[in-house]
Amino acid sequence: MNVLEMNNIKKSFGENNVLKDISLQVKKGEVVSIIGPSGGGKSTLLRCATLLEKIDGGEIKYMDEKVTYYDSKQKLCYNRNLNKFRKVFGLVFQNFNLFPHYTVLKNIIDAPVSVLTMDKQEATERALALLKKMDLSGKENLYPCELSGGMQQRVSIVRALAMQPDILFFDEPTSALDPELTGEVLKVIKQLAEEKMTMVIVTHEMAFAKAVSDRVIFMDGGVIVEQGKPEDVFENTENERTKQFLKTYYSNAY
Amino acid sequence: MPLIKMIEIMCTGLSKTCAIFFLTLLFSLPLGIIIALLRMSKNFIISNIIKFFVSILRGTPLMLQLLAITYGPYYLVGISVSRNKLIPVIIAFSINYAAYFSEIYRGGIESIPKGQYEASEILGYNRSQQFLKIILPQVIRRILPSITNEIVTLVKDTSIAFTVSYVEIFTLAKQIANSQTSFMPFIVAGVFYYIFNALVSFSMSRAEKAMNYYKI
Repeated sequence: MNVLEMNNIKKSFGENNVLKDISLQVKKGEVVSIIGPSGGGKSTLLRCATLLEKIDGGEIKYMDEKVTYYDSKQKLCYNRNLNKFRKVFGLVFQNFNLFPHYTVLKNIIDAPVSVLTMDKQEATERALALLKKMDLSGKENLYPCELSGGMQQRVSIVRALAMQPDILFFDEPTSALDPELTGEVLKVIKQLAEEKMTMVIVTHEMAFAKAVSDRVIFMDGGVIVEQGKPEDVFENTENERTKQFLKTYYSNAY
Repeated sequence: MPLIKMIEIMCTGLSKTCAIFFLTLLFSLPLGIIIALLRMSKNFIISNIIKFFVSILRGTPLMLQLLAITYGPYYLVGISVSRNKLIPVIIAFSINYAAYFSEIYRGGIESIPKGQYEASEILGYNRSQQFLKIILPQVIRRILPSITNEIVTLVKDTSIAFTVSYVEIFTLAKQIANSQTSFMPFIVAGVFYYIFNALVSFSMSRAEKAMNYYKI
């Protein structure tokens, strides 16, 4: 079953067509990485999938249920109950966006308790177990400002997981981190991939994308230029644009 | 008249000065949030009406607004001026201060990073949970110093109630000064306002410290 289905998505900001007829399907348990140059539409695609931006055309479905549809006048409409779909997915942001006034534990359990009406005791136990798994035991009573960037990002991953999503999106999860801190975050994501968590990861970490993904998508200029198995895209690509991008990328990596 | 007698008489106005102060805060602090939210409304008409009213309230003297609210109903529709001046005083003060507070709130709300809204939206918080649990606590933390500033001004502004003969401390000071041809009552009043504000500053800095447990 497809957890996420995006068909013929179009999105523009004014004159700027950021997404030109993009389709993306993600199966249960699949790990999809999206790579490509800045301004190619990767983040916009993720923001459309997570309902932070509204699409101009196309169709979005989660678990075979329509998020968007066309009414009798062929006008694009969004389902009225978007919070129902927000329970299906989670999003990990580039700059974490933890709530600074809540402790680590409260950051994690507040939404399950007040949105999903989960029992507080149960939410706390689950949160502590997740923290332990992410190597964050003992940090539950600290505030985000007392943690390193890498720890903050791992807490934000726990926060997303605590909502028990069917699919997890990552928007450049290591781009705001010092190089020595990216490893600990990537390790955690890799661990989730091994547990067959359905994930879509926008990233600039090519080696990581290659290691962790079932499928790699190369996006540029608002279209999917190429997609396939990691070894096909990274090593055996016939596509000139992909070759060029990877070449620039590797030559920039000193 | 001995000083102690003056102080004794003026203390009878203490409760009324305190009534203006606390009731104004009680009504204007929440009202300011509502005005700020309406001012930030996406509805062009609502936000502009509010913008206009706030500009009137901030652009004209509080004394004038107080006179208008106390005596306006009599001149406009012939309703007699009530003997209890507390009600018009509280209405005028609350609306005026709410206008000032609303602009402070608005600045605070606009200073919260977009990511806080997006993160809470993704987690499924509804609009009121998002505002009350995630946004407002951070706003209060940020605007507390500006709010303190307004509260200090409010302590001194309570004396404006003398214009409608509401018998608070300043009104009493003026009465005693006239009858005794002495400047002393004004000095006593000044000392009183100073002490009041010292207490306000002390408690507000305690509140600021209490909220400093996290970095923004």
